[in-house]
Amino acid sequence: MSIQVKNLTHIYSEGMPYQTIALEDNSFEIADGSFVGIIGHTGSGKSTLIQHLNGLLKPNSGTILVDGLDITDASVSLRDIRQRIGLVFQYPEYQLFEETVEKDVAFGPQNLGLPEDLIGERVREALHLVGLSYEDVGQRSPFDLSGGEKRRVAIAGVIAMRPKVLILDEPTAGLDPKAHKDILNLIERVHREENNTIILVSHNMGDIAALSEKVLVMHKGRMVMEGTPGEVFKKAELLLGMGLELPPAAGFMELLKQRGINLENMPLTIEEAVEEITVWTGNN
Amino acid sequence: MIRDITLGQYYPGESKIHVLDPRVKIICTFAYIITLFLVRDFVGFAIAVGFLGLIIILAKVPLKFIFKGLKPIFFIIIFTFTVNMFMTKGEPLAEIGFLTITREGLYNAFFMGLRLILLIIGSSLLTLTTKPINLTDGIERLLSPFRKIGVPAHELAMMMTIALRFIPALLEETDKIMKAQMARGADFETGNLLRRAKSLIPLLVPLFISAFRIAQDLAMAMEARCYRGGDARTRMNAMRFHTRDALASLCMICFIALIVLQAYYL
Amino acid sequence: MDPIIHMLDLVFQYKKDDLTPEEPAVDHVTLRIERGSFTAIIGRNGSGKSTLAKNINGLLIPTEGTVYVKGLDTADPDRIWEIRQTAGMVFQNPDNQLVSSIVEDDVAFGPENLGVEPGEIRKRVDESLYAVNMYEERKKAPHLLSGGQKQRVAIAGVVAMRPECIIFDEPTAMLDPHGRREVMCIIRKLHREGITIVLITHFMEEAAEAERVIIMDKGKVMMDGSPREVFARTEEIRSLDLDVPFTVDLAERLRSRGFPVPDGIIEEEEMADFLCQYKSRT
Repeated sequence: MSIQVKNLTHIYSEGMPYQTIALEDNSFEIADGSFVGIIGHTGSGKSTLIQHLNGLLKPNSGTILVDGLDITDASVSLRDIRQRIGLVFQYPEYQLFEETVEKDVAFGPQNLGLPEDLIGERVREALHLVGLSYEDVGQRSPFDLSGGEKRRVAIAGVIAMRPKVLILDEPTAGLDPKAHKDILNLIERVHREENNTIILVSHNMGDIAALSEKVLVMHKGRMVMEGTPGEVFKKAELLLGMGLELPPAAGFMELLKQRGINLENMPLTIEEAVEEITVWTGNN
Repeated sequence: MIRDITLGQYYPGESKIHVLDPRVKIICTFAYIITLFLVRDFVGFAIAVGFLGLIIILAKVPLKFIFKGLKPIFFIIIFTFTVNMFMTKGEPLAEIGFLTITREGLYNAFFMGLRLILLIIGSSLLTLTTKPINLTDGIERLLSPFRKIGVPAHELAMMMTIALRFIPALLEETDKIMKAQMARGADFETGNLLRRAKSLIPLLVPLFISAFRIAQDLAMAMEARCYRGGDARTRMNAMRFHTRDALASLCMICFIALIVLQAYYL
Repeated sequence: MDPIIHMLDLVFQYKKDDLTPEEPAVDHVTLRIERGSFTAIIGRNGSGKSTLAKNINGLLIPTEGTVYVKGLDTADPDRIWEIRQTAGMVFQNPDNQLVSSIVEDDVAFGPENLGVEPGEIRKRVDESLYAVNMYEERKKAPHLLSGGQKQRVAIAGVVAMRPECIIFDEPTAMLDPHGRREVMCIIRKLHREGITIVLITHFMEEAAEAERVIIMDKGKVMMDGSPREVFARTEEIRSLDLDVPFTVDLAERLRSRGFPVPDGIIEEEEMADFLCQYKSRT
């Protein structure tokens, strides 16, 4: 399911004296089955952008083609869009409401009008994908679970709809190191087993560098950079100037550069950093 | 994104009315409303309308905002008008079916209607020219002396302060929850009344839980900052009575005197 | 000198409705925190670090054992307000700490509760807002501020009470990197000015800035020492489901490749120094 965005513009409170241009003339493509990272300072328009992709917001101008279908067209049913494109908001555990985990995860599939037995299947699969056991948690109240478990239930609720594109907005926000790793593993597993497109919005550059095939950089409502993680994080000064950080390994490399040490390739992960340093010292 | 919510209907400004002490404004508003019921005839009403008109001009609030406050009670005004018109006994003027319109009825209807309108406009002026937080402060200080007889002035004010603080936050939370559930295919719009009521559950349950969580966190934070109720609390913003407040009070007293004189002695 | 905070064999057990015996959230902890020090307490979710923090200022009363703040027993209801004025606390959620819809009124909340004289409150509010760089925003409504700004206002509100010690309970967990930097900058500044800092966090880079790092797990103190001492024990740390700072991780991996990286390196600069020296020698 490929996504093509052309000249997307969104203005809040258009025409009023305090109107704000949240998105300005954004065009980009997301290939089917890819893993894309979106980064940008707070207020750069990331949240607004992803809400357009699943039809929650309509642009003032521009088009969004999902597999050739223009979802900005008024005739397209929102239900169709939301079945194809799933969106997990920040702190998704705040949207849990049902008496049992099973019922909450079933909410999405129910809204899609799926038959009962298929819903049951979807719930089990989704819980399995997020690393929870249906037997253990299915009949428990979601509010009895730990923070990390609640978040996984909330994500399962979206995965149960089997979207071809899964958008996650800061899925690791507020989590401790272990829960953080668990969620990242979960996302990788979903990407692998469902073969879908993943769009990850995050402030954690290490995660973005490690997982993304392509990175989109937002700044003040515009998409200012696009490329592989290697290409994007190479432009260290530009990123720092926009108030963004570098992944730890790249950040360390910048420090070395200041000392006159130039590694051949820029490391994005700690493993790559070790490799590069080994090569540079000739310590093979 | 719900960013700048002005609560109640506060109309920002620095007019002579805006800067008055909220306690003076609250008392004057009550006084005005009470005097409305002392007025008996056209002349009296003319004075009342004139006085209100003067305040409106001084407050520099556009008329459109003033009349906004009348919209919700439009039907009540019509209802009051009609009931008084038909139900008052007196000299008959006209007959419609089995209902009689009397001269007294017409007068009553007109006066009652006008009273209601002036009452609403008068109260509106209070909320239009006073920030909710200052209103809360004013109410607290006015009720403070009655704490000795058990009026929980401070607690009421604290409740109002916290409500004002968190209403924008809760509205934003509602928006977020709605969007999250819509992303899961929830539909808050179609269907009959019953279905739409049911569809609110995925919105209301998380919202209530959020509200409880906020309350818990806030209570802990308040305790950590040594909050222990209203006793022995001081206030950074001392409310001071200025010359302009004395002047305003004087004007109000003159107005009341005029009305009373006109109604009973002239 | 007496420690400003002294926990003596502290045990805390949350009361549950059913009668199943639960593990205590804090299990026999004895700790002394010296005046003017900067201590970080880290641990995974459920390790007891937050519960420990709340026992310091009497939000929770020990099930067993005692906690003394400036020599005062937190279980003594007559002294609790003194204790809370001495040991202030900043919480994780920036939003849910702010009481008033005007920034400066919120900062005044603490001093008002203490019965401070109005003129003095005004002075303290202004000073505190300047200290956290929020003076310009003093008339604004909190819901218009960013997470980092809100948290700074919360800190100002505690600073205005003139505490001797401030406990920060995961203050940056809900902030973006920019907000985190702002808050850590203020914490460092407050420490420089002599305030005792207790920082509860799970960000290793933040803990590395402290003078002392305490690692908790299952309610017990597992490790207690300087950042250098503690982060050297990487295997133990990982077994507790925690991370080590990037530089420590890098040092360990390089060592396994045969690089003679000296022990105790936790700063990026030190690592860069080592690499320069190493290269010039080979």
